[in-house]
Amino acid sequence: MSEAVAKTKIFEVDSHTINFGPQHPSAHGVLRLILEMDGEVIERCDPHIGLLHRGTEKLIEYKSYMQAVPYFDRLDYVSPMGCEHAFALATEKLLGVQAPERAQWIRVLFAELTRVLNHLLAIGHFALDCGAISPSLWMYEEREKLLEFYERASGARFHSNYFRPGGVAKDLPAGLEADIAAWADEYPKFIDEMENLLNGNRIFKQRLVDIGVISAQEALAWGFSGPSLRGSGVAWDLRRAQPYDKYAEVEFDVPVGKHGDSYDRYLVRMAEMRESVKIVKQALAKMKPGPIKVQDRKITPPTRAEMKHSMEALIHHFKLYTEGYHVPAGATYTAVEAPKGEFGVYLQADGSNRPYRCKIRSTGFAHLQAADRLCKGHMLADMVAILGSLDIVFGEIDR
Amino acid sequence: MAEETDIQTEAPAAPVDEILVGLSALPGAHEVKRALGEAIILTTREAAHALLLALRDQLQFQQVMDVCAVDYPERAQRFEVVYNLLSVTRNQRVRVIFSTDEAAEVASVTDIWPVAGWWEREIWDLFGIRFNGLADHRRILSDYGFEGHPLRKDFPLTGYVEVHYDDERRAVVYDKVKLTQEFRNFDFLSPWEGMTLLPGDEKVNRSRS
Repeated sequence: MSEAVAKTKIFEVDSHTINFGPQHPSAHGVLRLILEMDGEVIERCDPHIGLLHRGTEKLIEYKSYMQAVPYFDRLDYVSPMGCEHAFALATEKLLGVQAPERAQWIRVLFAELTRVLNHLLAIGHFALDCGAISPSLWMYEEREKLLEFYERASGARFHSNYFRPGGVAKDLPAGLEADIAAWADEYPKFIDEMENLLNGNRIFKQRLVDIGVISAQEALAWGFSGPSLRGSGVAWDLRRAQPYDKYAEVEFDVPVGKHGDSYDRYLVRMAEMRESVKIVKQALAKMKPGPIKVQDRKITPPTRAEMKHSMEALIHHFKLYTEGYHVPAGATYTAVEAPKGEFGVYLQADGSNRPYRCKIRSTGFAHLQAADRLCKGHMLADMVAILGSLDIVFGEIDR
Repeated sequence: MAEETDIQTEAPAAPVDEILVGLSALPGAHEVKRALGEAIILTTREAAHALLLALRDQLQFQQVMDVCAVDYPERAQRFEVVYNLLSVTRNQRVRVIFSTDEAAEVASVTDIWPVAGWWEREIWDLFGIRFNGLADHRRILSDYGFEGHPLRKDFPLTGYVEVHYDDERRAVVYDKVKLTQEFRNFDFLSPWEGMTLLPGDEKVNRSRS
């Protein structure tokens, strides 16, 4: 017994620990890593998370279903609508309603714009972490155009609160569809420029190729999803395998990596942006005018104009914004292919106007957990490249 | 109306759900059902580990996408532990649920799916359920040195402590939470929808019967 204790002590003296974060530009938020080093090589990587924990799940238990939606914007703040999507679909499933055609197309359209929005920041910062400054600056400019679309549709650049159970908050303003179409024609050129800059870049490749390799088998066991799983060669995409909204009616390819290293994860994201543009174009072409939310006034509020002359509409509005709607008892696990991977909501309703339990399955939580597995044996500088390739955001990990 | 219902009962029975039949053959699957289109297996705490292992090895559920708990304080076994599994080869999802209480330990599934480790830590942190075989029982989401299990239904939304920077002590300190107004928890249940028994309703029913 005493021998074992003595041995442990010797080990601790020999290795040294580095405290990385919680304030570090490459930590992508408030991540604290305790790194046990052997010289320059990482022996163990222990992420400490929870520094941005806000108790979202507890708060949602005390809010009506409609009040819960804005909390989802604040989870993955890089792709807000991706998170709202899961909650809207889960609530609709429990309510037994389906959003009207146009609402579903708008959601597909904005889910894909969100994917581009997310990948722009993910790749830009990834390149920044590896020493390339220009891509992130250029991508921020491109991101700004998308945020403008966000603002025109929902009124807010980030916390859009746009995908609601039963449809979307409001219809697209006049001219927005044409502007998005114009953007979709231009955008692939920008991807070409970025690929020119990064794909064959010697420094970028030296930093990424064969760094943080994970096999398909292991990626599955570690709960990987989205681009990180596809980077390891598993052609799994929820939009394809378990289509929701209008994804069954659009055509796109699922880009898949081969080696499971950081470089492949980067390439998959790059290719996904092209696919997203394809989907955006199809959605714009197939979208027809029509209602944008369920026409059941017990679930979605009436229009402002209607309230001016209809007493009933006024009552509905009042009831919806105070009491909210009651959701029949039941439980569902509904997941969407958010830009980062599978984003799921396990929603348990007890028949009242509030969720009984709302568990948020955040993508990054699973990915970051594999950091120890991915970083082991790599150099300290590679750890930054690995974190960048996983595309983590602390809003959703810490909830 | 009566004729209509007769016709419905004579219609051929719904096709046998082969997925559910396959699931019910597994050891420890006490009840297998489908709700809202999602397959659910109810099991017991003791049988869960073997069942989850069988789901991975026999039915190719390679991934556990989520592990979480739900608190029902009024039940004898107050917690439900929920596993949401995914098979990427068969394109199926299944949910495994069992009940447990505060005292008993649940067998960890980190040996089946290493990713379960953090979710189990999270359940320990937020609900206080211990896992047997989980190497790392530290808290994960709450603060260093936090006390209590915040997602239990009897834990107040406002918590017990708040932090602030103390100028005199030159440190961030914990204090008992001070609310400038009492915590307001509105009950919007309405008698018009015939939802539940509201306080006072029992008297009405008694006098009328």
